[in-house]
Parts: sequence; C-alpha cells; structure tokens
Amino acid sequence: MKKDIILAGVGGQGILSIAATIGLAAIKKNLNIKQAEVHGMSQRGGEVVSHLRISDSQIFSDLITKGQADMILSLEPLETLRYLPYLHESGWIISNSEPYTNIPNYPDLELVYNEIRKYKNHVLINADEIAKKLNAPLSANMVLIGAAAHYLGFEPQEIEDAIREQFSKKGEDIVNVNIQAFREGLAFAKEYIKA
Amino acid sequence: MTPNKLLLLGDEAIAQAAIDAGVSGAYAYPGTPSSEILEYLIDSKEAKQKGIIAQWTANEKTAVEAAIGASYVGKRTIVAMKHVGLNVAADAFINSALTGANGGMIVVTADDPSMHSSQNEQDNRFYGDFAHIPILEPSNQQEAYDMCFYGFQLSEKFHIPILLRITTRVAHSRAGVLHKDPLPQNQISLPTDLKQYILLPALARKRWSKLLSIQPALIDESENSPFNKFIDGNDKSIGIIASGIAFNYVMENFQGANPYPILKISQYPIPEKLIKKLYNEVDRLIVIEEGYPFIEKMLTSFLCDNLKVEGKLTGLLPREGELNPNIVAQALGLPNIEGKDVPSIVVARPPSFCPGCSHIDSYNALNEALKDYSKGRVFSDIGCYTLGATPPFEAINSCVDMGASISMAKAASDMGLRPAVAVIGDSTFTHSGMTGLLDAVVYNAPITVIILDNSTTGMTGGQPSHANQRLVSICTGLGVNPEHIRIIKPLKNRHQENVQVIKEELAYEGVSVIIPTRECVQTLNRRMRAKFKEKGENK
Repeated sequence: MKKDIILAGVGGQGILSIAATIGLAAIKKNLNIKQAEVHGMSQRGGEVVSHLRISDSQIFSDLITKGQADMILSLEPLETLRYLPYLHESGWIISNSEPYTNIPNYPDLELVYNEIRKYKNHVLINADEIAKKLNAPLSANMVLIGAAAHYLGFEPQEIEDAIREQFSKKGEDIVNVNIQAFREGLAFAKEYIKA
Repeated sequence: MTPNKLLLLGDEAIAQAAIDAGVSGAYAYPGTPSSEILEYLIDSKEAKQKGIIAQWTANEKTAVEAAIGASYVGKRTIVAMKHVGLNVAADAFINSALTGANGGMIVVTADDPSMHSSQNEQDNRFYGDFAHIPILEPSNQQEAYDMCFYGFQLSEKFHIPILLRITTRVAHSRAGVLHKDPLPQNQISLPTDLKQYILLPALARKRWSKLLSIQPALIDESENSPFNKFIDGNDKSIGIIASGIAFNYVMENFQGANPYPILKISQYPIPEKLIKKLYNEVDRLIVIEEGYPFIEKMLTSFLCDNLKVEGKLTGLLPREGELNPNIVAQALGLPNIEGKDVPSIVVARPPSFCPGCSHIDSYNALNEALKDYSKGRVFSDIGCYTLGATPPFEAINSCVDMGASISMAKAASDMGLRPAVAVIGDSTFTHSGMTGLLDAVVYNAPITVIILDNSTTGMTGGQPSHANQRLVSICTGLGVNPEHIRIIKPLKNRHQENVQVIKEELAYEGVSVIIPTRECVQTLNRRMRAKFKEKGENK
C-alpha cells in the first residue's frame, strides 16, 4: 500500500489538521508516514502545501515525485490547480469549491472549475457550505476528508476512529459534529461519482 | 507505533535527541526553519522535569556564546539557528573551534535552499569547513535524532563543537522516530587547563595548532562513521555521491534497488578513502548535494584528476533552489514523467498581512506622512513587516540583514538624504538594531526610526520578544531624546493623529524613535483562545 497525497490550501486554512487526521489513521494501522510542510513567510495568507506520504514499506523522499501523486486534496479550488504537475494520470482530485479570494486578480471561478472537471477522477465539493449547514463552519476540513475517504486506502471506520481520537480532548459534542461532517462528505462523494 | 517511536518533525527529533543525550542548556534565536527545536525543548515536560535550561536569546551570537559558557563548565549544550543566523554568530562560532568544547556542544544550522522564508540560500557546510570542525548532515528525521545523539559523543571525544546541518525538508517534515534510553546530564567540571578558553595570540596559536593536529583523526572518524555508507552496485558506468537529504531523492528513484554504487555522505570532513575507492571504480562520478557544490568543489583538492566528476559545477544539476526527486531523476537519466502543466489561468498568491495586523495601519500612516517627499527613503528590516514591500503598500525600499535598517538610514542621512526612515520590528531591534541606533545617537543623525512593536517575534510563529516592555527605556538609555520617543497606537481611527506624529518627527533634525504599539493579532487570538479554554475548564 502506498498513498502520496498533496494537501493544498491557503495559509491559515488548516491543511495541517487534515494531515494530522490522515496521519493518525495511518499510525493506528502501523503504516510508515512522512509529511513535509513549509513554515514561516508562506503561512501569511499565501499558498501552502504539504506532502503527505503513507506506505507499508520504507519511504525515502520527504517530497512527492511530480507525476506520482495519488491525490490532490485541496481546501481551495485555485490552489488545486497549482499542484497538477504532481498528479499521476490515474490520481484523484478532491477539491473544495469555495474560493478564498484574498488576491485582486483571482481568475474567473468557472474557468477554475472547468480545469478541475477536465479530470475524470475528481470530486468538487462545497465543504464550507456543508459544514455551515451542520452549524460547524470549522469542520469543513472533515467534510473534505470524507469526500476523499474512498480513495485514501482506509476503511471509513478507521478514519472515524482517528477523528474521534484527534478531537477527544475537546468533548463528545465536538467529536460528533466532526464525525457527522466526515459522513456528509463521504455521502456527497458517493453521489457525485454516480452522477 | 511502538512505545519508543514518536511522530516528530526533524527539528523536534533533534530536540528530543538532545534531551535523551543529557543536554543541560539549549539556546536559540527563532528563525525558519530552525525555530521548532527550541520550542520543543521549552514545551517538553521531560525537559522541564530534568531541569534543562531552554531559553530564547537576543540573537544568534549571544546564543552561541551562551553555549560556549555552558560547555566551559562541562555541561552538554545545544544551540540552534537558521542559516543566516550563523553569519551573526560567526565570530563566536569560529573561535569556539579554537577554545574547544569541555561539555559536548552542538551548533545546529537549518539551511533554507529555495529561500522559502529567507534572504539567501547559503550552504553552511562551508562554515563547518572554515571552522575545521566535523559537520553532521542527516538525511532523514531518524538520522537527525541519531546524529544529534551521536554528535554529543563526538564533541566530547574530540573536545570540539560539532556543526549539525539540516535543510528545510528535514527540519519541517514529520516521520516516525525511534528514541534511545536517556543518558544522565554531566556534572559541573571546569576545564583542567584554565587557560584553554583565553584566546590571547600566544595561547590561540597553541589552540590552532591543536585543532589542526586532530584533523587526520576527524577524517578517520568520517571514514568509519556509521552514517557514511558505501552501497555497492553492479553497474560501474556511474558512481553516485549523495549527501544529506539528496540521498533520499536518489533512493526514491531507485526504490531501494540501486544499480550503481552509491556513497552516502552524512559526516564531514569528507571521507577521502571512500571517495577514492568509488572514483577508481566508475566511469562517471555524479555528486548530488542539497545546497552549494560543497563536496564537488572539495573533490578537486585531492583527486589527481577530476575529469569524470559531474554535478552542479558542470551543469548536470541546477545551482539554484532545492533538489527534488524529479531533478535527481533527470540528472541520473531516469524516466521522469510529470503530471499536466499548471493551467495558464493560475496566478500566484503571495503572502500578505493577516487581517487586522497592526503593520497595515502603521504603513498606511507612514505612506501618507511621506507622500510629499519623493519615494525610496524607507529602509526596512527582516520580519512580517517586510511584507510592506508588497502592494498595495509598497512602503519599504530595503531588507538586507537583521538590524540593517537603522545603520543604512543613518548613513543615507550622512550622505544628505532628508528624511531618511528606518522601519524595524521590536524583536529585530533587540536582535541587532540597538547598536545601529547607538551609532545614530552618537552622531545625532537626522533619522526617523519606527520600531513596530507587536510584542512578539511574529514571522517565526510568535515567540516572546526580548524587547517586551523595554523599548522606551532601551532607547532612552542609548541616548535618544525622550521628547522624540513617540508611542502611537496603530489603529484606523487614530490614522490622522499618527500621520501627524510621523510628520513632526520626519521634520526633526535629530534621532527620533516612533513606536507603533499593538499586539500581533495571531498571538492575541492565541491568548484569547487559551483564556476562553481556561474559563471553560474552571466552570
């Protein structure tokens, strides 16, 4: 088993919490992981990326080889496109559709979506909207993990266990709402792929 | 994960290794990508229980000096900084090789090729060579742990400090790390030779001679180091030397099954015998290293002919930026199939000030106060506020090194520029700005120094600032006229008032210091969240 995942977003969106959840699920299965991130200047509202690698054998490089990523998991649609050179031709794009427009020259959103739709293997999901409906705007990241769950190489239950562990200190309510968010994402992706 | 396996950043692995190796004192000034080393030591319960001193210092020079002092009394010590920090600390660092180490001493340099968060991409292995001390260059997080642990032993074996060099991808990547049983800390034991640390010329010559005399033994140590590995391969058409993290990129391409012989180098001085063995076996020798062509250049000094050596100097690999598996694949002539190109509609998303940041209001006021003058007169410094260079502010005209803003503005005013403005953060000011301000005071230079006081070291994640609550007394103590030390509150609704203050000081023919004071929104939010949490827990 090997999964190379590009996590993308804008500084402050919380891609590291996604890495933490998936990483935890991997550790619970005793898999090897490597997760590279960049701190400092880039975290100030700029583009941020993390390379998450999971494998049952030894992982050498901290960086994913361009053309070899199994997935781009992105909190922001424009950021999804920035990392396309990393994606393997059979890889998946799981992207939030909600734009983060902190730049004056943000491209036409439809054009951005069209670029994503060019890939057969994609799920475009408004994770923010779904999270808001659950009264849990901070759980958009969990919605997104849900949407990715089918292609991460884990059983949904294994990821739920990781979420439970990750949020256990914050109380049962927080755990439940995050698991709910995860399930909504999972269900959405199932329908999306059928359509 | 097994109980003694932890998921750690490379930085954290180094910190945990220091704890386990019996470190007693850790000192650092924050700097990406090194900051998490001391943060981990400060936050570690284990370090606290063991009474380990872990402190932020005013700058990297005082950090290295502190480490020399801790080592002098026989304790183990570690000091950490980003690559450019070693420039600041160079005086202390180079001389520490002459004084030698009594307790084990490790200097960690976290280099930043590709300049993710830096002003240059200097390769500090050159400093290790310059100082004539061993350099350790781990290739992954486990080695970061193992080599830090080993580094203390090496330091105490040869009684010299060790340079531990990591790069961004080792520092800021997380992996499972096995840790060792902890060693006890050293007891205080002063050097047996009480003149060892007195670098008077006559004594320094003896120390230099001693340092030179151990060089062959250091090379020998590298030849036999468990971290320098010769991995044989059947195909001798190519031989590969890969150092530090570059080794991972090579192995990633071969997935552990290398057809060519590979020499992995993680300990310096370079193992000359191992290199010669490889050189004599192969048709082409490719050198792959993260940073400058350090090994590649050294090969010319002891190979009788280096005609078959290829690397960054010959253009096989790029001189600029960090390596990655794709660059290495190309250099080795391996297939390299990248994904689709980035669509042309994609635009850059540069970093920007956080919403609500006090620097926004400070720069708006400064820009307006300066609008009647020609552009190009604001010398700035290194920190979040350097983002004042970006639109819509475009408020600053320089960013060179820590503290340069004040010295540059002073000299510009010496040359006749009026007004000349320096913009510097509170932490940068106490790092290296105070001496420049003293120069300005001594010559009564007509400059306006704006110390942006957000009460933290913001860019590196909000570490405490030595300037905290001390700026006015520092400036007064350095001799700035108290009437021209003006504190303003950078807020939208104080804009006109602030513009007026800046205008008045721009017109003053002497040293003025304006201190816009408002807490960093990131640390404020963090503090509020913690307070809220505390309240909740007390219910």
